[in-house]
Amino acid sequence: MDLSWMAWTWQTATFFVVIALLLAGMRVWEWAQPGGAPRHGVLGLDTTRGDRLFISLLSAAYIHLGWLAATAAPLWWATVLSVVFAAAVFRWV
Amino acid sequence: MNKTWNNGAWFMVLPVLLIVALNAVVPLMTVVNYSVQETFGDNLFFFEGARWFRDVLASERFHASLGRQFVFTGIILAIEIPLGVAIALAMPRGGIWASVCLVLMALPLLIPWNVVGAMWNIFALPDIGLLGYGLNWLGFDYNFTRQPLSAWFTVVLMDVWHWTSLVVLLAYAGLRSIDDSYYQAARIDGASRWAVFRFIQLPKLKHVLTIAFLLRFMDSFMIYTEPFVLTGGGPGNTTTFLSIDLVKAALGEFNLGIAAAMSLIYFLMTLLVCWLFYTLMMQGSEKS
Amino acid sequence: MTRLRWLIPTVYILFLMLPIYWLLIMSFKTTNEILGGFSAWPQNFTVESYVEIFTDPTWYNGYINSITYVAINTVISVAFALPAAYAFSRYRFLGDKHLFFWLLTNRMAPPAVFALPFLQLYSAMGLFDTHLAVALSHCLFNIPLAVWILEGFMSGVPKEIDETAYIDGYSFPRFFTRIFMPLVASGIGVTAFFCFMFSWVELLLAKTLTSVEAKPIAAVMTRTASTSGYELGLLAAAGVLTIIPGAIVIWFVRNYIAKGFALGRV
Repeated sequence: MDLSWMAWTWQTATFFVVIALLLAGMRVWEWAQPGGAPRHGVLGLDTTRGDRLFISLLSAAYIHLGWLAATAAPLWWATVLSVVFAAAVFRWV
Repeated sequence: MNKTWNNGAWFMVLPVLLIVALNAVVPLMTVVNYSVQETFGDNLFFFEGARWFRDVLASERFHASLGRQFVFTGIILAIEIPLGVAIALAMPRGGIWASVCLVLMALPLLIPWNVVGAMWNIFALPDIGLLGYGLNWLGFDYNFTRQPLSAWFTVVLMDVWHWTSLVVLLAYAGLRSIDDSYYQAARIDGASRWAVFRFIQLPKLKHVLTIAFLLRFMDSFMIYTEPFVLTGGGPGNTTTFLSIDLVKAALGEFNLGIAAAMSLIYFLMTLLVCWLFYTLMMQGSEKS
Repeated sequence: MTRLRWLIPTVYILFLMLPIYWLLIMSFKTTNEILGGFSAWPQNFTVESYVEIFTDPTWYNGYINSITYVAINTVISVAFALPAAYAFSRYRFLGDKHLFFWLLTNRMAPPAVFALPFLQLYSAMGLFDTHLAVALSHCLFNIPLAVWILEGFMSGVPKEIDETAYIDGYSFPRFFTRIFMPLVASGIGVTAFFCFMFSWVELLLAKTLTSVEAKPIAAVMTRTASTSGYELGLLAAAGVLTIIPGAIVIWFVRNYIAKGFALGRV
């Protein structure tokens, strides 16, 4: 089957591999150290680890978009910001 | 219900997972790939980084169609949800008339979307359509192919015609689930009609209305076929909603990169709203 | 006030019927009469448009194509969704809520986003312009919907029934087909109805994935509107014929339709 139309680049491939590794990592973490019950965080939501990962990823997407819309500075700073934000989400949300 | 913890259940979900992944993940990956590249056809691609995203986010055209999309979704939600609830409250509680109402009301939901558009086109034509002719006869200056306001009126009316029944059916199902003893208790207490609605019916409707709101938000946010057939996005660009603009860019102008970047931004917006509602719905139902 | 309550649904239904009435009488007019001017009733009553549809293979094949892929899609969606919905309604497993949400997002994904990659994907699989391609692509939104509705209905069946059956020595497949499926039969019926409905009304993907062999009726209609002039009478007649299958299936599920729209969760 010809898949050249999917137009893979190493950048996007890396992106999906990272997402897949994150999911696998969550599985291993859960296996090594069960996170169990949801916790009531600062947003007033009950979240589990999986929820927090989802919130982090979605926020990261919006942070990157916001960065692109607001400034011409390199996008790496948005990535750094996203990681910091994700850490905060895992700590407090 | 008390559910048993069983990770073996994954195997029962696997077939669904595979078939939906084929349909969702492969195309989504392709869209992501397109969104960072430029192409001139023949599967020749050049890496462009975040350029398309920058372009889309700064583009007047995208802002305009996004704005129109939000106005449209806002208007139809503001009309369809209260109207649907009002009609459901007035419907017969049971018997043959309830069945007749349900069947007739569900009819618009089963008409192919382009037929809905074509039907409203014929219905609204100013010289030979019942609606257009009637409005002009009543003294309104109405022509949906030329005047933006008439076009908007027609598109909104068409959507109300097409989808209000969904809200009615959901609200009706919610009302039917209220036990008669609640109404009897209210009658003994001498509660007013408004009090019955506010304290008995509305709480029961909360759950179904969340579903109605969610479905109507999502479906109106991705509306394509009906307005495309009815107005073609015109006059000018006045009824070009997000999906119409997207298909124009992807298939009409073959700007794959721009279209893909738009798709992803679009998808992220639906994802956020979807997640908010899903979370609120689940937290609400777990507490009750 | 209470006495005039019946007026509200009646007026609403009249409003719903007006465009359908207009489509219906258009289909009995000649195109010349339609374009000639406004008339609320056909002056020269004719069934010519219907005769043309039933004698021209490009027209009636459109119907056969639509019904074929809708039927394939309904069977696939329900068959795949049954075990998955059972798993969601009876068990907790790692990531179940996220998986359920992910399925849901596909119901919400705008088909316009996927149109082009779908064309490429199904061409690469050699399925372009087949009924199977359209049926599979409609699974994108129908399988999540089917899982959602069936899960709602299955949650209404007490779990004790499963446990009693296992104690009585039923194997899982035998229990599922002999005891459980009859219990959720109405749910399965409603699910099939909804899969039929959403596959029947969708056009964007069906049109993108077909050209000749599997072209749906709705796409045949758009061609008529653009290339062979503006044959309004024919268009109206074809439109009327697309309403009929829907009207027939609604009648069968009328008692469950409201519950189905509430996704079995009332």
